[in-house]
Amino acid sequence: MDLHHITAQQSPQTPDEVQTWEPGLAWLAGGTWLFSEPQPVLHTLLDMGNFNWPSLQAVEETGLEIAATCTIAQLHAFGGSTGVPASWQAFPLIQTCCESLQSSFKIWNEATVGGNLCLGLPAGALISLAVALEGTCVLWPRQDLPRSVSALEFVTGVQQTVLRPGELLRSIHLPASALRKQPAFRRFSQTQEGRSSALLIGTRCPVTAEILLTITAATVRPVQLRFATPPGARDLAASLEAAILPTAYFSDPHGTADHRRHLVHYFAPQIIEELA
Amino acid sequence: MVPGLSYSRPLSSAALSRNRPMQLTINGNPAEVAPRPGQCLRTLLREHGWYGVKKGCDAGDCGACTVWVDDNPVHSCLYPAFRAKDRHITTIEGLSPENGTLHPMQAQFLAAQGFQCGFCTAGTIMTAAAKGGAMRTPMERVLKGNLCRCTGYRAIRDAIEGRRHVQEDLPGASVGRSLGSPLGPALVTGQARFTADEPPLPGLLHLKVVRSPHAHAQVLAIRKEAALEVPGVHSIFTWEDVPQHRPFTSATHDDYHVDPDDTLMLDRVMRFVGQRVVLVAADSEQAAALACDKIEVDYEILPAVFDPEEAMRPDAPILHHGKDAASRISHPERNVLREIHGENGNVAAGFEEADVIVENTYATHRQPHVTLETHNSHSHLSPDGRLHVRTSSQTPFLTKVKLVYLFNLYPENLHVYTERVGGGFGGKQEVLTEDLCVLVTLKTGRPARWEFTREEEFTATTTRHPFRVKVKLGARRDGTLTAMSMRVVTNTGAYGNHGGEVLGHSLNEAFAVYRCPNKQADGYAVYTNCVPAGAFRGYGLTQTAYAVECAMDELASTLGMVPAALRRKNMIQPGDTLLSIWPHPGDLEIGSYGLAECLDLVEAALASGRGEPVPQSPEWCTGQGLALAMLDCGPPTEHRSEARIDLLANGSYQVAIGSAEFGSGSLTVQRQIAATVLGCPVESVKMVTADTDKTPYDTGTFASTGTLVGGGAVLAAAKVLKEQLLRLASRYTGQPIDSCQLSGAAVDCANHPLPLSELLARAEKEGHRLSAVRRAYAAPRSVAFNVHGFRVAVHRITGQVRILQSVHAADAGQVLNPMQCRGQVEGGVAQGIGWVLREDMQLTPEGRIANPTLRHFRIPAMADLPETEVYFAHTHDRIGPMGAKPMSESPVNPVAPALANAIANATGIRFTDLPLTAPRLYPTLAHRPTLPAQDIALS
Ligand SMILES: Cc1cc2nc3c(=O)[nH]c(=O)nc-3n(C[C@H](O)[C@H](O)[C@H](O)COP(=O)(O)OP(=O)(O)OC[C@H]3O[C@@H](n4cnc5c(N)ncnc54)[C@H](O)[C@@H]3O)c2cc1C
Ligand code: FES
Ligand code: FES
Repeated sequence: MDLHHITAQQSPQTPDEVQTWEPGLAWLAGGTWLFSEPQPVLHTLLDMGNFNWPSLQAVEETGLEIAATCTIAQLHAFGGSTGVPASWQAFPLIQTCCESLQSSFKIWNEATVGGNLCLGLPAGALISLAVALEGTCVLWPRQDLPRSVSALEFVTGVQQTVLRPGELLRSIHLPASALRKQPAFRRFSQTQEGRSSALLIGTRCPVTAEILLTITAATVRPVQLRFATPPGARDLAASLEAAILPTAYFSDPHGTADHRRHLVHYFAPQIIEELA
Repeated sequence: MVPGLSYSRPLSSAALSRNRPMQLTINGNPAEVAPRPGQCLRTLLREHGWYGVKKGCDAGDCGACTVWVDDNPVHSCLYPAFRAKDRHITTIEGLSPENGTLHPMQAQFLAAQGFQCGFCTAGTIMTAAAKGGAMRTPMERVLKGNLCRCTGYRAIRDAIEGRRHVQEDLPGASVGRSLGSPLGPALVTGQARFTADEPPLPGLLHLKVVRSPHAHAQVLAIRKEAALEVPGVHSIFTWEDVPQHRPFTSATHDDYHVDPDDTLMLDRVMRFVGQRVVLVAADSEQAAALACDKIEVDYEILPAVFDPEEAMRPDAPILHHGKDAASRISHPERNVLREIHGENGNVAAGFEEADVIVENTYATHRQPHVTLETHNSHSHLSPDGRLHVRTSSQTPFLTKVKLVYLFNLYPENLHVYTERVGGGFGGKQEVLTEDLCVLVTLKTGRPARWEFTREEEFTATTTRHPFRVKVKLGARRDGTLTAMSMRVVTNTGAYGNHGGEVLGHSLNEAFAVYRCPNKQADGYAVYTNCVPAGAFRGYGLTQTAYAVECAMDELASTLGMVPAALRRKNMIQPGDTLLSIWPHPGDLEIGSYGLAECLDLVEAALASGRGEPVPQSPEWCTGQGLALAMLDCGPPTEHRSEARIDLLANGSYQVAIGSAEFGSGSLTVQRQIAATVLGCPVESVKMVTADTDKTPYDTGTFASTGTLVGGGAVLAAAKVLKEQLLRLASRYTGQPIDSCQLSGAAVDCANHPLPLSELLARAEKEGHRLSAVRRAYAAPRSVAFNVHGFRVAVHRITGQVRILQSVHAADAGQVLNPMQCRGQVEGGVAQGIGWVLREDMQLTPEGRIANPTLRHFRIPAMADLPETEVYFAHTHDRIGPMGAKPMSESPVNPVAPALANAIANATGIRFTDLPLTAPRLYPTLAHRPTLPAQDIALS
């Protein structure tokens, strides 16, 4: 929609052209969220379209580097490519996660991976991907030196992230060690191609057999549990209870907190069983 | 990783691109444009006249705005306009490179008629025709960003897969054939002009309103100074600028007395979140929106009530305090808009006689119409001083009457018209935008336009009434009904609108379809501080049919009977008098009877083993259910339509009729009726519709009247004209009239063809006008029948419901256009399924709608709907035109109870309150230790 409150738009060639920051500025990535609702507190859009960061860099030994500006369409297409290292067992998760978004392929043509993370929605399926595959986010603050945070730490609540004012998400690095793990995936949505009410991903390390269980969409922020050996049903339930307080379950028009909790407790054992 | 970032360079001024002109090509045409910062590509394209680019949501959810940027399909409402620099944009208008030819996908949409109102069509074609679009599978994933509210998607799927449904026309025998809509070619090429698709007139003012943030409040003060400072703002209006002594109702009916006069154009009392407070008129939408932000309103917040039962209690806040008899509110001091009590026979005695009594309370929820075209209208004065209003309405003539009343106008000075309207479903049987456009045009002399946002559609139009229905049924051991009673409480929201009529209608057919000597009901339509409810496909019957048909299944299960058998035992039979809770019959008659056949068809289909395979996991339980419904053909209130048919100089015809076309297909059928009588191809009949200057009066296209009343008028007029033509031809050729017949553009008189053009020329010379005008009424009225059946699987743990099979049988009398009729059935079924399984409009404790977007309020997408098997009964109605009965409104009615009955059969649990979403089902399912009885066969 037309953003009536926007009075200026700038197209810097590099991020460093933007030195000072003030409320009312916003980075414009794909714009698919920014243009989808009125933005009464913004006045200036800073276009990221000229940064020309290489979208995807895959190296068998180190892993996958995804630029924040990589579009979901590019990532999805890459997820279907055949030339990836055979050892990357978790690779199919890329397409599965893209397809877990409510948005259509037309939106993927513009929407970016970074935009999905920075928006910090519980149903951000690329957040699920980044967290499950133990990603690291590289952040470019306005005033300081670049820093990194784990994808698990990046989103702190519903539409809340660790980003400071003006700070950019530059890239997400998925380590090869995580890409080599065996994946298991469960998702529930009230509509067939709709928004996730719960999205759970498990991975199993081929070396240590450790299982990592990542819970998203059902909770206000991603939750990750680590099991050296497959837990029994009771231990698993207890771990879930301990890790996710009742208030940490998310409630919105796409699902209630109690149903989401129920789904998490239903899917988690299935994932453990599949990976055990 | 990030080598030597320097933060020292200031932002170069070259990076500023505010309103800098840029080049792009649109459909091959180079253009220089200067987008506003924050502008999206959608509005930029429309500003340059590419009106094939629609707005359904403006938020990326519906796909109506889909265009290609360098061959990549995008939602243009999300695409920053400045990014189109140096790009090649293709809109629907440019899809076919050569003039006059169609892109294959456009041709396919025509061949399958993959549309009804056609508002979604351009975007769907642009998606399906795109590279990487249709080529990808599955189709429902490709189209998940394209919503259609009319079709139920089967026709769209067929179009994309290249199936053909349109038949050849047979001149003089087109009735009964599947002919395409006369507007089809314009729809698939993006040339069809919907309401907003008009270039702005000079001096155009755009309207926006400040809406109430409170459910109940008194406006104390309004400060507009800051808003008036916003550049481009022309004027601001408040309650002080509109007559406070002229209340009206936004609902439209031929007889306005049936609805309450409880509304003011701008009021001092706010009765729901979303009510208009202040009106701003400005040179641009942007200026109007920014000005709205700057208006300060002081409110005294009043206690609010959202539940109708609570609203009837003595201590409840009163919404329409002190309104007198002129408002036609039954009991303003109790918040009761309308109260209806009726008893036929003796219900107490009937329950005494019963061996078995079942009683339960069912609740239905609010449903918004979600027409893809939002409400909008525009008005202007012509140099001769006449006022012209174009609107997205189902009732242009009634809208005119309403505006005449509100503004004290001479009727001849006002012209109201619609052209193509993007969906109605009852939601456009209201005056919601036109009044303020006219206010601004009259006060300022300037043209005015008001286009609702999608959010306003949810928060400030109308919805299906939420109902609470307590049903009690008594029967003998053999299943014979002895008594039926119900108590109905409806939530009409802050304003009455259709509330009284909806209540009245709801108390009729759900009971009248069963033979039972004792019937009784108490009904209350109650004001609350919710968004107003209004007319919606089914008009109250959908809700009571849900309750009664669920209760019938509960009765069957108590009696140990097969549900269909219980219905067969009690349902009305040909020749029966149709009686509900009133002892005296009305004007309803069984003009044709296909109910039993419909029931047989659905039962047979459910037993056929067709449909999706039953999930094998024990976590799924499966079941089946059905329900029936009867709908009166036309409203009980006055309804009339007049058609005028002229023979034109070239030997073709023009039909002028006031009914509006918004996807229900009445135009197509009316044309077929005329062509059949006049012995010509449909191509020879030009239709002029819904224009108070150009067509005779029509009450409006609602309550299933497009075919019945409009078609009836066309039929009558065509017969008269035919008679005239044959008589003259016989005289001119000297052949006996019996040997004369109309044949295309000539009259064939015993093999002496007399061209109609010649006949006309001669007749005119003699002073004859070859034109006929006839009027039709919706009385007496016949009844249409619908039966729906489902087989479902329910996941015992997650609560997910999967439809395995969906079957619908309809008694539409003689089916005048099978393809179109099937489409209407499928559309109604889709709305029914959406209502039950998905569409959950949530209210916050403050009375605000929590999900007023298509992102968070999900109407069914293609992936969410099964393909429904559709059957028609073989009947011929003795009342309807050419044996036909209407079939656009009724199919929705049996869907909800059939689905609820199937879920009850699968789970062994009766869920009484809609919607039946997974979060609402799973707790009860989870607490049910034993497996449900699966052995109740349905046939
Ligand atoms: C129909 C539809 C369905 C959707 N469904 C989903 C869904 O199921 N799940 C979901 O999570 N989202 C969904 N979205 C929201 C959104 O489109 C996506 O999350 C998308 O990935 C956002 O990417 P973008 O590049 O368009 O972001 P933008 O709209 O450009 O930006 C989004 C936000 O992130 C900020 N931002 C973007 N990139 C960066 C960066 N590199 N550094 C710092 N800040 C940045 C922006 O300033 C803005 O605040 C949907 C949107 C639409 C229109
Ligand atoms: S108008 Fe753009 S997707 Fe609905
Ligand atoms: S035809 Fe699709 S919305 Fe009307």
